[in-house]
Amino acid sequence: MFVELNNLLNTTPDRAEQGKLTLLCDAKTDGSFLVHHFLSFYLKANCKVCFVALFQSFSHYNIVGQKLGVNLTVARERGQLVFLEGLKSSVDVFFQTQEEPHPLQFLREANAGNLKPLFEFVREALKPVDSGEARWTYPVLLVDDLSVLLSLGMGAVAVLDFIHYCRATVCWELKGNMVILVHDSGDVEDEENDILLNGVSHQSHLILRAEGLATGFCRDVHGQLRILWRRPSQPTAQRDQSLTYQYKIQDKSVSFFAKGMSPAVL
Amino acid sequence: MLDSLLSFGGLVLLRDSVEWEGRSLLKALVKKSALWLVYHDFFRDPLNWSKTEEALPGGPLGALRAICKRTDPGPITIALDSLSWLLLHLPCTTLCQALHAVSHQDSCPGDSFPVGKVSVLGLLHEELHGPGPVGALSSLAQTEVTLGGTKGQASAHILCRRPRQRPTDQTQWFSIFPDFSLDLQEGPSVESQPYSDPHIPPVDPTTHLTFNLHLSKKEREAKDSLILPFQFSSEKQQALLRPRPGQATSHIFYEPDAYDDLDQEDPDDDLDI
Repeated sequence: MFVELNNLLNTTPDRAEQGKLTLLCDAKTDGSFLVHHFLSFYLKANCKVCFVALFQSFSHYNIVGQKLGVNLTVARERGQLVFLEGLKSSVDVFFQTQEEPHPLQFLREANAGNLKPLFEFVREALKPVDSGEARWTYPVLLVDDLSVLLSLGMGAVAVLDFIHYCRATVCWELKGNMVILVHDSGDVEDEENDILLNGVSHQSHLILRAEGLATGFCRDVHGQLRILWRRPSQPTAQRDQSLTYQYKIQDKSVSFFAKGMSPAVL
Repeated sequence: MLDSLLSFGGLVLLRDSVEWEGRSLLKALVKKSALWLVYHDFFRDPLNWSKTEEALPGGPLGALRAICKRTDPGPITIALDSLSWLLLHLPCTTLCQALHAVSHQDSCPGDSFPVGKVSVLGLLHEELHGPGPVGALSSLAQTEVTLGGTKGQASAHILCRRPRQRPTDQTQWFSIFPDFSLDLQEGPSVESQPYSDPHIPPVDPTTHLTFNLHLSKKEREAKDSLILPFQFSSEKQQALLRPRPGQATSHIFYEPDAYDDLDQEDPDDDLDI
């Protein structure tokens, strides 16, 4: 996890808020560093994590995770991490017998139905186990990323329903957290992605938006991060509603600075 | 005016955006107006995925239509969180017909029971829908509240349309306490506006130079009274029209030589006739 990002969000693994949905979105840049941050953050917070990884393989996340100080293989063996590797298990759908419902069952169906099997998988993975003592603090659902489901033929409304059900179960019933990544293609013609992005935005409590610089690629500033807290405006507003920072990604950390204050230009 | 929105009846549309959320205002308005609250929970299982017996038939729309058939004569407020969910899952026409039937129940002539005023308060997320559905709901609504704001201070722009009256609009700044009570305010708080300090005097750039850019009083007077050479003033015009005697054209004094032939018809002496 990136300590500087924790400072900006005013949170640490031991005192993070529960029952919140965090939306990560990226436009014209790669926002996956935020996914790695939250994955290592919640593993260090001793949470039970269900990771629906549709974009990269397990080994990719493991390699990056080791740089950030978490070992995904060990976490999976301990039962702390439930990992759905979309790239590998999508092939299993076709070689499995039809009686067993597969989380990615929709790939087999001619008409894009709903994501109920995927939701059942998540609910099963995160349901509290009655083993006597509570091993993990609270459950966390991580999805990377939701736009892939649109590319695979699901409608935006079906994906929004899936997020709604996950939120009802994970955030409200189990008092856990959710972190969802959605790409913002910026394409005016992609209405389904816009509906999905806006729909999840309206359900989220915190939005982290990574954008490329408007002026183009830069060696010392990789992009801009906009943080938006969605909460009712209170009479005594102690915290800001929205912050913007620029960042540079290094090998094992990310440094954040105010706009125009990159160490390279000062 | 924000706290008396529900007293007029009909459909009240609460339009919010990602940046300015409206759910807390919805809850504040419900808290203000509700004496007796009936809560239909469609949050946990709106599409009946768990296939339990306790689900209401027809889903959320069925519940909405069931309210139409009520016989309770008192005034009723129906709060919908959110209309966007209904718009995404139902055709726009179905939803509009249901909303019209519910909100105009008190003017239905065929009823034997006198029914009280019905207010429907619906939350709509503007960015999720195209201009068509939003326009249709907007035309159904008697009151529209659009949320916005600046620098952490939320505002509600209220547009009221009442039959046979001119539409009125008003902007109200507000904030919401943690217990969902409404705090109406006059305007955005003053200390949040960044003004430059008026006590810093403007800096004079000509003070620390190695050459003198200032003019003395005499120099300034001479400069101001100078007439530019090519400026056509009335004095110049008079001077040209009335040539002064000493200032005439120059004279040429010529003494003809012995070889000069002042023949006016052939001054160059080259005609060979």
